[in-house]
Amino acid sequence: MALEAKNIYFRYDKRLPWIFQDFSLSVDKGERLAVFAPSGYGKTTLAMLLAGFLTPRKGEILLNDEPLPRKGICPVQLIFQHPEKAINPRWRLKRVLEESGGLREDLLDAFGIERAWLERFPRELSGGELQRFCLMRALQSGAEYLICDEISTMLDVITQAQIWNVVLAEAAKCHMGIIAVTHNRHLAGRIATRTVDLAEESHKAIPSL
Amino acid sequence: MKQKEETLLEIHDLSVSFRMYGQGLEQEELRVISDLHLTVHPGEIVAIAGSSGSGKSLLASAILGILPDNATVRGHLHYKGEELTAERQRQLRGKEIALVPQSVAFLDPLMKVGKQADGHVKPRPVEKRKSLFRRLELPEKTEQFYPFQLSGGMARRVLVSTALLVDAQLVIADEPTPGMSLNQALEALKLFREMADEGRAVILITHDIDLAFAFADRIAVFYAGTTVETAPASDFQKGPDALRHPYSKALWSALPQNGFTPIDGFQPYAGNLPEGCLFAPRCPYKKPECERAVPPVREVRGGEVRCYCSV
Amino acid sequence: MKKINHRTRIVILTVMMTVLLVAVYALGAMIPDRAVAGSFLNASKPPSWEHPFGTDALGRDLLMRTLKGLAVSMTIGLCASLISAGIAVLVGIGAAIGSSHVDGVINWLIDLVMGVPHTVLVILISFAMGRGLKGLLIGIAATHWCSLARLIRGEVLQLRSQQYVAISRKLGKSGGWILVHHLLPHLIPQFFVGLILMFPHAILHEASVSFLGFGLSPEEPAIGIILSESMRYLSTGMWWSAVLPGLTLVLLVLLMDQIGEYLRKILDPYTAQE
Repeated sequence: MALEAKNIYFRYDKRLPWIFQDFSLSVDKGERLAVFAPSGYGKTTLAMLLAGFLTPRKGEILLNDEPLPRKGICPVQLIFQHPEKAINPRWRLKRVLEESGGLREDLLDAFGIERAWLERFPRELSGGELQRFCLMRALQSGAEYLICDEISTMLDVITQAQIWNVVLAEAAKCHMGIIAVTHNRHLAGRIATRTVDLAEESHKAIPSL
Repeated sequence: MKQKEETLLEIHDLSVSFRMYGQGLEQEELRVISDLHLTVHPGEIVAIAGSSGSGKSLLASAILGILPDNATVRGHLHYKGEELTAERQRQLRGKEIALVPQSVAFLDPLMKVGKQADGHVKPRPVEKRKSLFRRLELPEKTEQFYPFQLSGGMARRVLVSTALLVDAQLVIADEPTPGMSLNQALEALKLFREMADEGRAVILITHDIDLAFAFADRIAVFYAGTTVETAPASDFQKGPDALRHPYSKALWSALPQNGFTPIDGFQPYAGNLPEGCLFAPRCPYKKPECERAVPPVREVRGGEVRCYCSV
Repeated sequence: MKKINHRTRIVILTVMMTVLLVAVYALGAMIPDRAVAGSFLNASKPPSWEHPFGTDALGRDLLMRTLKGLAVSMTIGLCASLISAGIAVLVGIGAAIGSSHVDGVINWLIDLVMGVPHTVLVILISFAMGRGLKGLLIGIAATHWCSLARLIRGEVLQLRSQQYVAISRKLGKSGGWILVHHLLPHLIPQFFVGLILMFPHAILHEASVSFLGFGLSPEEPAIGIILSESMRYLSTGMWWSAVLPGLTLVLLVLLMDQIGEYLRKILDPYTAQE
C-alpha cells in the first residue's frame, strides 16, 4: 500500500532541461513525508506529477502498484499554494464544498468554518479561510493521499498552525498518507515522519537559470 | 549610529479604504489599512510581516502615491520631516524612494531588461548594473532579454537591481525573494543590508516571518491592516515575554519551531472590521475598553505597541 | 442626499437607451401600410410640421418609411446576430476543447472569413442563396461570428487551464459537467456583449447590401432601399430624402454601440470598479 514515483523523467518541453531524471519516491499509507527544497528545484512539478496533474515523460506514478485512475474521484488529491486560484470565483463556497460530496459537519467544526461563510463568494474571504475550504473539499472526497504544495506559505503562522493541526488529526484518523512540499525546515520537522531533501538527491533538479 | 530623533519616514494613523461595488449597484467601503503607524530611521531595515492578501502591498502604494482612483487615504505621511504630499510623492518616487514591486508585470514587456534596469539614471550606470547582475547570479546575456524570457526568480532579481541602481534613500521591497534560490535571496538581502549600512533605509514587506527575523533590525507585525507592534528583531528571538502585543505573542507560539499551537479565530474581513482594537475578538486579555475604541500607540520597553493591556 | 455612483449612472443610461431603441422598433413595427401609401399631391415636399422628414418622389411620408425601414432592419440584424453569436459560441468552444487539428481548421476558417471584406462576402452569399430576406440573413449570419468566436476560444482556453477546473476533473467530474458548470457561466457576459456589439454591424451591412441592390427587394421599406432610391433624386435638390433617414440610421447604430460599450464596462472586471 503505497504511492510511488518509479524512475520518472520529466521536463515541460523538449527544448528545456530535465527537471527529473530517473527519480523515484515512495510513500506508505499513514506516512507523512516532507519534501524539502529551496526554490527552483521542481517542488511544485513533483507535487503535480504525484497527483496526476502532469504525466511523466518516462517512468510511472503508481498507487498500490497500479496507475492512477483516469476517471472518477482520484484517491490522490492535491492542495495548491494559492487557494484563490483553486476555487471558481463565481461559486458560493457551499457549492465549492458540494463538488466533492456533501458537507461533513465534523470537518466544518474542526476547521472552524463559520456557517455564514458558506453563502459567501470567494472574494469575500481571506486566503487562510479559502485554504480551509480547499482542504475540506479534498478531505471530503475520501482521499487516501493528500499532496500539499506549500499550502501555508502565503498564510500567517497562526493560520498555518490551525490548518495543519486539523489536517494531521484527520490524517491520523483516516490513516492517510501525506506529502507536504515546503521550503520551511521547521515546518517540515513539525509535520513529517520523514523528510526528503531534493537539493541533496543525486538526480536533483537543474535550478532555474 | 542612528539618532532617535532623526527619522526618514514617519507614518501616523494611515488608513486606506476602497470603494468597491458589491453584487448589485451598492458600493461598500473596504478599509484595507487602518490606523497604521510606522517609523523608519536611516540605516535600518524594517520588516513588515503579515499574511498575504492582508493589504501590505497597498502600504507601499500609499507611500509612493500610486493607489488606484477608487482608494481614499487618510492620515499623515512624513518624509525627512516634511509632509509627503501628492506633489512630493511624484517628485521622489523612482528617485529618492524606490520600489521593488511584487509582480513581474511591473516590467515593460517591450523593453530589453538591461536598458530597463538602467532606467532614467544619467549617464547609464552600465558598470554598476553589470556588477549587480553578477552578484545576483544573473548571466551576462540577461540584459539582452525581454521580460517574457525571464523566469519568476530572474525577474525579481532584475527588479531588485533596478531599485538599487537609482541610489534611493529608501527602498520599499515588496516580497522580493520568492522564486530565488537560497543563495540569490541571501545575496539580495545582503545588498539591502549594505544599503542600510550606508545610512539609507529599506522597508521589507514579507509574509515570511523567518526571513524578517533573520534580516531586519525591527519588525512591524501587521494584522488586519494595521501594525499592532513594532519591535527590535531580537525580541522575537527571545520569546513571548519580550514581546508586547498579544498577537505577536500568539504568532511566536504558533511558529513550527516554538510549539505550533495556534489561538482560535480569524483575521477580520476588511468589509467587517470590529469597532475597537482589531485583535479584540481573539484576544485572551480582552478588556471592556478594547471593544470600544482603537487603542493609541504606546512606547513599551523600546518598542511601539497598539494595545491597552501590554506592559 | 445620496450621490448616484458611476455604475448606477451607467445602468440608468443603458436602460434609457434600450427603452429608446425598443420604442423605435415598436413604432416602426406598428405603423400601418396606409401611413406609407403614396399620394402625388404630396410628392417631393421638403421637411415640414406635417412631414418632419419630408416626402419622397412618390409622395410617401419619409419619417414613417424610415421608422418602418429601421424596424425591418433591426429584425434582420437581431436574427442574424443571434444566429451568428450562436455559431461563435459553438465554434469558439469547439476550437478550444477539440483536438489541435480541429483548432487549426477553425482558425484557418476564421482567418479566411475575416480576410475577405464583409460586404463582398455578404453580397456573394446573399446572391447565391437567392437574395431577399433569407439570403441576406444567411449572408450576415455567416460572416459576423469570427471575432466573437476568437474571443470565446481564448476565454475557454484560459478557463480550461485554471486550477479549479483541473481539481474538478480530479474530483471525478466529466468534461460535459465541467463545461456546463465551470466554463459556460463565465462566457455569458462575453456572449451578451459580443451579441450587442455585433447588432449594429449587422444592421449596417444589411443596409449597405440592400442599398447596392443585392439584398431586400425594392418593395420592402428597408432603410437601404430608401437610401438607394433617394440617390436618384438627390440631383433634383431633394437633400432630405437621403440626409434625414441616413442620419437616423447612424444615430441608431451609435446608440447600440454605446449600449454595448456600457455593458462591457460594467461586466469587465478591469473596468468594473471605475
